[in-house]
Amino acid sequence: MKQLRVITEKCTSCIQCELACAFVQTGTFQPSRSVIRVHIFDEQAVYAPYTCFQCDEAWCLTACPVNAIGIDPDTDAKVVMDDVCVGCAVCTVACPYGTMFYNPDSHKAFKCDLCGGDPACVKSCPTGALEYVDMDQPDWLASWADKVNRGFQHMQDEEGGNA
Amino acid sequence: MSATNTMHGWTGTVLRVNLTSGNITKEPLNAEWARDYVGGRGLGVKYLYEEMDPSVDPLSPENKMIFATGPLTGTNASCGSRYMVVTKGALTNAVTTSNSGGFWGPEMKFAGYDMIILEGKAAQPSYLWIYDDRVELRDATHLWGKTVWQTEEALRAEIGVPDSIIASIGPAGENLVRFACIMNDLHRAAGRSGVGAVMGSKNLKAIALRGTGGVSLADPQAYMEGQWAMKEKLRQSPVTAEGLPMYGTEVLVNVINEHGALPTRNHQQTVFDEAENISGETLTETRLVANKACFSCTIACGRVSTLPGEASSKYSVTTNPQNWKIAGEGPEYEAAWAMGSECGVGDLDALIKANWLCNDLGMDSISFGASVAAAMELFEKGVVGQNETEIPLEFGSAEALIAMAEKTAYRQGFGDALAEGSKRMTETLGRPEFFMGVRGQEFAAYEARAIQGMGLGYATSNRGACHLKAYTVAAEILGLPRQMDPRATEEKAEITKVFQDATSTVDATGLCQFLTFGVGLEEMLPQLSAATGVAYTLEELVHIGERIWNLERLWNERAGFTGKDDTLPKRILEEPIPSGPAKGEVNRLGEMLPEYYELRGWEKDGKISEAKKKELGLE
Repeated sequence: MKQLRVITEKCTSCIQCELACAFVQTGTFQPSRSVIRVHIFDEQAVYAPYTCFQCDEAWCLTACPVNAIGIDPDTDAKVVMDDVCVGCAVCTVACPYGTMFYNPDSHKAFKCDLCGGDPACVKSCPTGALEYVDMDQPDWLASWADKVNRGFQHMQDEEGGNA
Repeated sequence: MSATNTMHGWTGTVLRVNLTSGNITKEPLNAEWARDYVGGRGLGVKYLYEEMDPSVDPLSPENKMIFATGPLTGTNASCGSRYMVVTKGALTNAVTTSNSGGFWGPEMKFAGYDMIILEGKAAQPSYLWIYDDRVELRDATHLWGKTVWQTEEALRAEIGVPDSIIASIGPAGENLVRFACIMNDLHRAAGRSGVGAVMGSKNLKAIALRGTGGVSLADPQAYMEGQWAMKEKLRQSPVTAEGLPMYGTEVLVNVINEHGALPTRNHQQTVFDEAENISGETLTETRLVANKACFSCTIACGRVSTLPGEASSKYSVTTNPQNWKIAGEGPEYEAAWAMGSECGVGDLDALIKANWLCNDLGMDSISFGASVAAAMELFEKGVVGQNETEIPLEFGSAEALIAMAEKTAYRQGFGDALAEGSKRMTETLGRPEFFMGVRGQEFAAYEARAIQGMGLGYATSNRGACHLKAYTVAAEILGLPRQMDPRATEEKAEITKVFQDATSTVDATGLCQFLTFGVGLEEMLPQLSAATGVAYTLEELVHIGERIWNLERLWNERAGFTGKDDTLPKRILEEPIPSGPAKGEVNRLGEMLPEYYELRGWEKDGKISEAKKKELGLE
């Protein structure tokens, strides 16, 4: 099965992925509606795109009280069914990765659905920092976490130093 | 505000803040002006022209400031990141249009505004917090005195919205340093002509933004086809696909030096023997950490550099010493030139540090470096001595350069003279011939004696000497769109006019000028038309550029400028280059200027003719 791969070393923080994602969903350029987000740690020069990696545990799906989240058999993506979703937002709390979102206008939850197997973010990335490739397990999380951890570590050191 | 709902590309709303009264109003964008001037530089200048007396003191409450985006700002068009600060320049007394990238301009669109117009002067230090349609003018007394980086951190914490984007001034803007800039995203600058001093004179420390809206398109499908086509072309251009991503703008140091066109030691020479040390190649090999892109940019020319180990403590500074252990942006080519070869400084680490200092203190690294260079020549010629300067201002002294950055921003000692810019400084000290610039603004990094067209471009630039108004270097050195002889004056009037007009249009769209290394108005046109729903033609886009250029010129005429100001320093016009590949050259402005006026359809003395005004709809 194909999965998203994030290669932080190639990311330049241009957020073309966020714009492509927002465009697919809204027909406008509205990054606040993107379900892929680029975390920018300027002082460490770390730019880390992040989105749902369609985890097997799928706590969002388990938590949903009305069974509004299903699995797309073609892509293995966990998908919100708008006509079933009642907008309780329990899934946004259940997701440990912060990749479930809530739309205040439609009162529905929304998340990455891999664009049905042709992710717009991957096509939009000018540097190849996003790939959609065959993988058994996401192999990029460790290096991603290492990079982001360095960014956070720095911020904490600074806060500690100032206190 | 019915216009809000019917416009695409543009948000259709202008935010007006009167800092004197605290009045905050939202008004519909003038749709006719939007069509005729597009946005950014064009629309900003149009509003400033219609609303303000150009003869006012730039640091008085009567001066207005306009932060203007274009219809493609905030879209996924490659490099749709730009906003423009339009005001009367504190350095120049001329109209200025200072451009910056990063993420701030797009965020303003997402919050719902094409432009923010600032009027008057706040009674006490203030900042503006804009969260979509909520706009508040808040007290900033506790932020006054903070550097740019301190301000961003403190303000973001205070607001409590981690995704907010901030533009602010540093101590230089507060202290009315005439070349203070406005910084956003820590390292991006609306750099030139002293827009930061104007903001400081209004007691406005910062504008913080958070926008959750979007930019809509009149014809999404046509728009998407247009942006894919332009990105494909950018991928094929050697400059936008290889040169800029690999070495950044700094790639130019060696190129320009080899042409004998790298001004050195306040333009006394035009070849710098330590150029290799401060070049893009050296920066990339020894100090580069990453490329950083502005919003939606597929080029990513931004340099993120670092000072490893001992390099971080080589020159002591008092400003935020903890910062010198981390990564920061720059230096760009212009900064590396102004503080490097123009001051005779060949130590890249010193330039990285001085560049960060300029960013953190909030001042233009070009005018700062060039002003220090002028001061170094005053020192060399014995006009000022160590009694006045305290630190020996010798060419090549990195210690002097770095010390003066802090002294200038805080107007301490001789820094107070430097803070006035090199024109006022050299005049006050009785040696105006050491000022290297036009209309009060220091030159950029290209020697006008070695590249003739740049001389004409500098002399006629509406905001004072500037490389971003007609980059004839592209043709004269890089061979884009075709190779021209840099030493010849033939055809330079024509190419200067063509570049000035086309650049004015690009600056109005919200796109970045660096695109023009790989694409032209032809490639931008489909996106602009499809985004806005206005069926522009290529001829109209060129015409719009000419209209913007002439309106800026008309504004300057009303501010008191005449054709007599279209000139260059005596050194550039009369003193032949002493050595190097361009040895013996002077700039032959007299051969180009009359032809330029004629092509422009202006009077022989440079005044805009009534016929031209009528043709462009300016009167």
